[in-house]
Amino acid sequence: MLFMFCIETDKLTHVYFPGTPLETVALRDIDLAVNRGEFLALVGAAGSGKSTLVLHFNGLLLPTSGRVNVLGRDVTDPKHRKELWRRVGVVFQFPERQIFNATVFEDVAFGPRNMGLGEPAVAERVEEALETVGLPREAGRADPSTLSGGTRRRVAIAGVLAMRPEILILDEPGAGLEPGAKKDILNKIKQVQAGGGTTVILITHDLEDAATYADRVAVLRRGKLLRAGNLREVFSCVGLLEEAGLEPPRAVELARRLARAGVNLPELPLTLEEATRVVGRMLASARGKPGGGVLC
Amino acid sequence: MLNGIAMGQYLPAGSPVHRMDPRAKLIVAALATPAVLVAADPPSVVAVSAWVLLGAGLSGIRPLIYWRSLKIIWLLLLISFLVQVLFTPGDTLAAAGFLRVSRQGLVEGGWMLWRLTLLLVLASALSFTTTPLQLTAALEWILAPLTRLGLPVRELAMTVNLALRFVPTLFDEAQLLLMAQRSRGADFTRGGIRERVRGLIPFLVPLLANIFRRADELALAMEIRCYRVGAARSRMIVLRFSIVDYVAVFTGLAILATLLVCRLF
Repeated sequence: MLFMFCIETDKLTHVYFPGTPLETVALRDIDLAVNRGEFLALVGAAGSGKSTLVLHFNGLLLPTSGRVNVLGRDVTDPKHRKELWRRVGVVFQFPERQIFNATVFEDVAFGPRNMGLGEPAVAERVEEALETVGLPREAGRADPSTLSGGTRRRVAIAGVLAMRPEILILDEPGAGLEPGAKKDILNKIKQVQAGGGTTVILITHDLEDAATYADRVAVLRRGKLLRAGNLREVFSCVGLLEEAGLEPPRAVELARRLARAGVNLPELPLTLEEATRVVGRMLASARGKPGGGVLC
Repeated sequence: MLNGIAMGQYLPAGSPVHRMDPRAKLIVAALATPAVLVAADPPSVVAVSAWVLLGAGLSGIRPLIYWRSLKIIWLLLLISFLVQVLFTPGDTLAAAGFLRVSRQGLVEGGWMLWRLTLLLVLASALSFTTTPLQLTAALEWILAPLTRLGLPVRELAMTVNLALRFVPTLFDEAQLLLMAQRSRGADFTRGGIRERVRGLIPFLVPLLANIFRRADELALAMEIRCYRVGAARSRMIVLRFSIVDYVAVFTGLAILATLLVCRLF
C-alpha cells in the first residue's frame, strides 16, 4: 500500500492566520491518495484550496493538523522536507515571472545546478528539457525578456523538468495563453507522464483539460474534497460538478442533453472525439436495423 | 500567506473602536503618547495605563494578538530595560565586576519597559482598528491647513495611500517568489556573506521586475479613470464625528491637561 501511493493525506487541514479575525480554513479534513505514475487533475473553482493543497506536497506548507505522506515519508520530518524539492517539482502560476537569468540556458540550469550536478550533466538536462517543451537547442542562448509570453512559459516549465522530478505539479500551466499554445504545452506534459513514469498533478478549473489528459480527477469545493475517482465516475455526476462551480466538459453536457431528450448513450463520452464515436456507432447500428432507430 | 500577524496589520472586527472616526482615533493617539511619556508618579502611571488598556480592551482584538506584536521587538524592549537597570546610579543592590544593579535603576527600567509596552499597545490598537485608507484620510484632514502654505497635501496623501496599498502586494509577490525559487533548490541561508548575497539574486531580480510591472499597470489604471495631479476629487466615504468621538477626544484632552498640571506644580 505504501508503495502504490506516492502521496497520501490523512485529515489534512490548513488554517491561515489561526487565532485572529483573519482566520481562514483553507483546507478541511482532506483524505486524498495519488497513485504512482498517474495523471491526476485537481479541479475546483477559484479559492477552493487547490494551490494551498499542492504546496503541502513538496513541504512548502505544513498542515495545521492531519498528516501528509509524500514518497513514503511524512513531510513534517525535517530531513525529508529539506530534500523534497529534488523529487517534487512545482510549476507555479505564471511561472515566467520567476525567470531571472540573462539567458534561457542559465535559467533552466538553475535547478540542476542547485542539485549539485556537474556541468556536462547540467547541459544534458537543459537540452533535454528544452526539447521536451518544444524549444530548439539554440533557444538556450536567447535573452528571456525578448521572448513571447508563451515561449517564456515553456522556458519556466523546462526549468522544473530539468530537475527530472518524480512528481510534477503544475498550477494552471495554460492560464493566459492562446488555446493552441495551451494545448501544445499540455500535450508535452502528457508525454512526460506517459513516457517516463512521472506522476503529474495538474491544477485546473477547465474540466475539458481534465477530461482530455487526466486518468483521475479530484474535485475541491471551499477547502473540502467533494470526490476523487476515475473520470467517468466523477463526471457522470453533473450535479456534483455544478455544485463545485465547474462547467462540465462539452461531451458530458452533450450526453446530458441527449438523455433529457430520451436518448441514452451506451457509455459516457469524455471528449468530443469520444462522443463522435459513441454517437456514430449508435447511429450505424440504428440504421442497420430496419424499422428501428430514431428517424423512422 | 504569512502565518502570523505583522505589526500594523488591519484586523476587521465590529468593535466600538473600529467604528470611531479615524480622525478622532489619530487625535486620541496623539494625546495619549505624550501622556504616557509624561506620567512619572504612581497615580498618573495607573491612570494612563488604565486609559490605554481600556482603549485596547474595547478594540475587540484579543490580548494574545497584542502580545504577538510586542514579541516582534522583544529585543529592543529588553535592551532598553537593561540599559536603564545597569546605568542608573543609586543604592547598589547587586554587583558583578563593573556592572551594578541599583534599586533606582530597577525602578527606572521597569517604568521604561512599561512605557514602551503602552506605546506599542497604543500604536497596535490604532493600526488594528483603522484601515490604511482611513488613516491617510485622517492625515489628509489634519494636514489640510498646510495647503495654504503651498504643500500638496492631497497628492501626499495619495502617495502614502499608494505606498500602503503596495505593502500587501509586495508581500504576496515576495512570498510566492520565495516558494518558487526554494522549490528549485534556492537556499538563502547557505555559505558566507558573498554567497548569500549572490543567493538573493534569483529572488530580488524577478521581485523588482514584477513590482515595476504592477506599478505600471496601476498607473495606467489610474490614468484610464482620469486621475490628474492637482485636480479636485470628491470622497466616497465622508468622515463624521459622532458623540463617541467627541467624548474620546475631550476625555483625552482632560487627562493630558491634568497630567501636565500635576507634573508642573
